[in-house]
Amino acid sequence: MSGAWEIKGVRPLGGDPTTLYVEGGELVGERPAGAQSIDADGLIALPGLVDLHTHLREPGREDAETVATGTLAAALGGFTAVHAMANTDPVADVAGVVEQVWRLGEEAGHCEVRPVGAVTVGLAGKQLAELGAMADSAARVRVFSDDGKCVHDPLLMRRALEYVKAFDGVVAQHAQDPRLTENAQMNEGEWSGVLGLAGWPAVAEEAIIARDCLLAAHVGSRVHFCHVSTAGSVELVRWAKSKGWDVTAEVTPHHLFLTDDLVASYDPVFKVNPPLRTEADVTALREALADGTIDAVATDHAPHPLEDKETEWAAAAFGMTGLETALSVVAAAMVDTGLLDWAGVADRMSVRPAQIGRLPRHGQPLEPGSTANLVLVDPDVRWTVDPRITASRSRNTPFAGRELPARVIATFLRGRPTVLDGKPA
Amino acid sequence: MNRHLLSAADLSRDDALLVLDTAAEMDVALAGRSIKKLPTLRGRTVVNLFFEDSTRTRTSFEVAAKRLSADVINFAAKGSSVSKGESLKDTALTLEAMGSDGVVIRHSASGAPHRLAHWIRGSVVNAGDGTHEHPTQALLDAYTIRRRTGRVEGLNIAIVGDVLHSRVARSNVLLLSTLGAEVTVVAPPTLLPVGVHSWPCAVSYDLDAVLPKSDAVMMLRVQHERMTGGFFPTVREYSRRYGLDAIRMASLPEDSIVMHPGPMNRGVEIAAEVADSVRSTIVEQVANGVSVRMAVLYLLLGGAMDGAAE
Ligand SMILES: [Zn+2]
Repeated sequence: MSGAWEIKGVRPLGGDPTTLYVEGGELVGERPAGAQSIDADGLIALPGLVDLHTHLREPGREDAETVATGTLAAALGGFTAVHAMANTDPVADVAGVVEQVWRLGEEAGHCEVRPVGAVTVGLAGKQLAELGAMADSAARVRVFSDDGKCVHDPLLMRRALEYVKAFDGVVAQHAQDPRLTENAQMNEGEWSGVLGLAGWPAVAEEAIIARDCLLAAHVGSRVHFCHVSTAGSVELVRWAKSKGWDVTAEVTPHHLFLTDDLVASYDPVFKVNPPLRTEADVTALREALADGTIDAVATDHAPHPLEDKETEWAAAAFGMTGLETALSVVAAAMVDTGLLDWAGVADRMSVRPAQIGRLPRHGQPLEPGSTANLVLVDPDVRWTVDPRITASRSRNTPFAGRELPARVIATFLRGRPTVLDGKPA
Repeated sequence: MNRHLLSAADLSRDDALLVLDTAAEMDVALAGRSIKKLPTLRGRTVVNLFFEDSTRTRTSFEVAAKRLSADVINFAAKGSSVSKGESLKDTALTLEAMGSDGVVIRHSASGAPHRLAHWIRGSVVNAGDGTHEHPTQALLDAYTIRRRTGRVEGLNIAIVGDVLHSRVARSNVLLLSTLGAEVTVVAPPTLLPVGVHSWPCAVSYDLDAVLPKSDAVMMLRVQHERMTGGFFPTVREYSRRYGLDAIRMASLPEDSIVMHPGPMNRGVEIAAEVADSVRSTIVEQVANGVSVRMAVLYLLLGGAMDGAAE
């Protein structure tokens, strides 16, 4: 039922206008018979975006998000694949849970859902979860993470890094030394001192990243770092890559755009983990994404119901939604500033995350024979973020009221539109 | 003045002087009266919303509001969102329904008064929020310094102790520097925030070096949970290095005063003979607290003198 499409006048990766043809779930070289036509004059085509870091909340917190609502938000944001984080209830630490999440994704049909498996049982950091069983399951898990918690025990981390080599998996580390961040509320710096909020120092992230780079090198494994947020982390990843080690890293749109002075409002919509950092960190993260030191943008989409955010700061939940704003924020932070062109955006938001997550049918070139996972973007339109208008069940966007560039017009998943005219297809 | 008093940073120099002058007028107005009451805020409702127990501060605000003839509601909110009690927002909506003109809030979470100010129409007075600020304490300290020494501007004032976790220190650094004092915070490095060097004050780790040039010394309370939190090796060592005893007090200039926001840990940050000495302003601070809080409530709720209202 994928149908046949003719996308006229579109600019692949922002290049010269051409026409793309879709049939049987693939890009094809000639106009298929009976193709429906889309006037894509002025639009840019990118391979469908791939998110390495999404909290879909199901099972357990369906009041915040479900697989269906989260993946619809993803499709509206231009994503054709998302990696569903493991910190659900029950935790995705056995084959049964990851298969359930994967199946819910298939049923909803908005987006390919790749469940992330927990590294340790119950995210407790004590004992390895059955990583092999999750890898061998129908969900074919390749990314493992205790995200929300750091795999802090160095021996356990070493073993996890080694063990997943057997099935080409990768450990995605949430780098946060727990002792250095006890009760931490915001970036430790000038603002935490003024605001009287317990600090989350950069060193708590950087110390774990340094350690895990060394561990990965020692055992010859690959390692991926979730949501790096500091200039120091960038330097460490750059150093590890210069050694030829198999280290990859992601950055969130909010860490590319927002700074810790926003916390002065005490509005918990700006409360996130790792916390918003300084202007210098934002600059370093943008440069690192531009030069490829940071491989990928990942949303860390973390929906929360209103009552978990309409509180005093210390009582509020950590996290921000991001699926529907990610591409626009990246356009503002990277394209409008001249740091990346649209081909670069495609690389950091689709090609490389697909490689890290081992998703062969995503992030492919926009040419005949590729799976038709793609997104059409209007680069010239500007729009204002309204938290009430969202497919997500939650509204905790830190970009509310901001005018952003670029809008997703259509998303195709395996040749079938999930979004058309900016609306669910 | 702003509609709310959330931070000492909300006060311009003129605002701060207006509060201090008004407090002085309150003292004068009440001095001759057998019934210590002014009709100024008759018909207005002030809610004391205390999420944290503090009999001293709550009583001080209550007396202040009653002396201005306001109706006072003490709303002891048990628990908070943190402890799964009624949420701050629901409490705010309740107060809004009751038609409060001003809410005095004490809360264990930094920034809770800022949140409250978003949800209600009346004025919000921060009576201490977590490890953030306690602006009326700073005002009463400035008032006390001015009454004792005649001025604040140009004085050298030392603030000694757990600056990292002290809302009193934060508000005092801001207010006293606004008023033209030279402030030095003195603490072990573990009890100073990372960003302290951008504050409008000097920083020292050495109490003995600072005392001989201090016109006022403000000793901060060492909270019990810090004593076991690994911030310093032992209470005894803290007391030896950063406590104010009689020998150290002797190194102060002749007219210097010793302050403490209370409640004190006698023998820890301040020795009993220092607390009870003629230099000590500790009892005056309590009395001045009422005058200053009257001035704050009057200026925020009653309209201003000299047309300074918003
Ligand atoms: Zn994380």
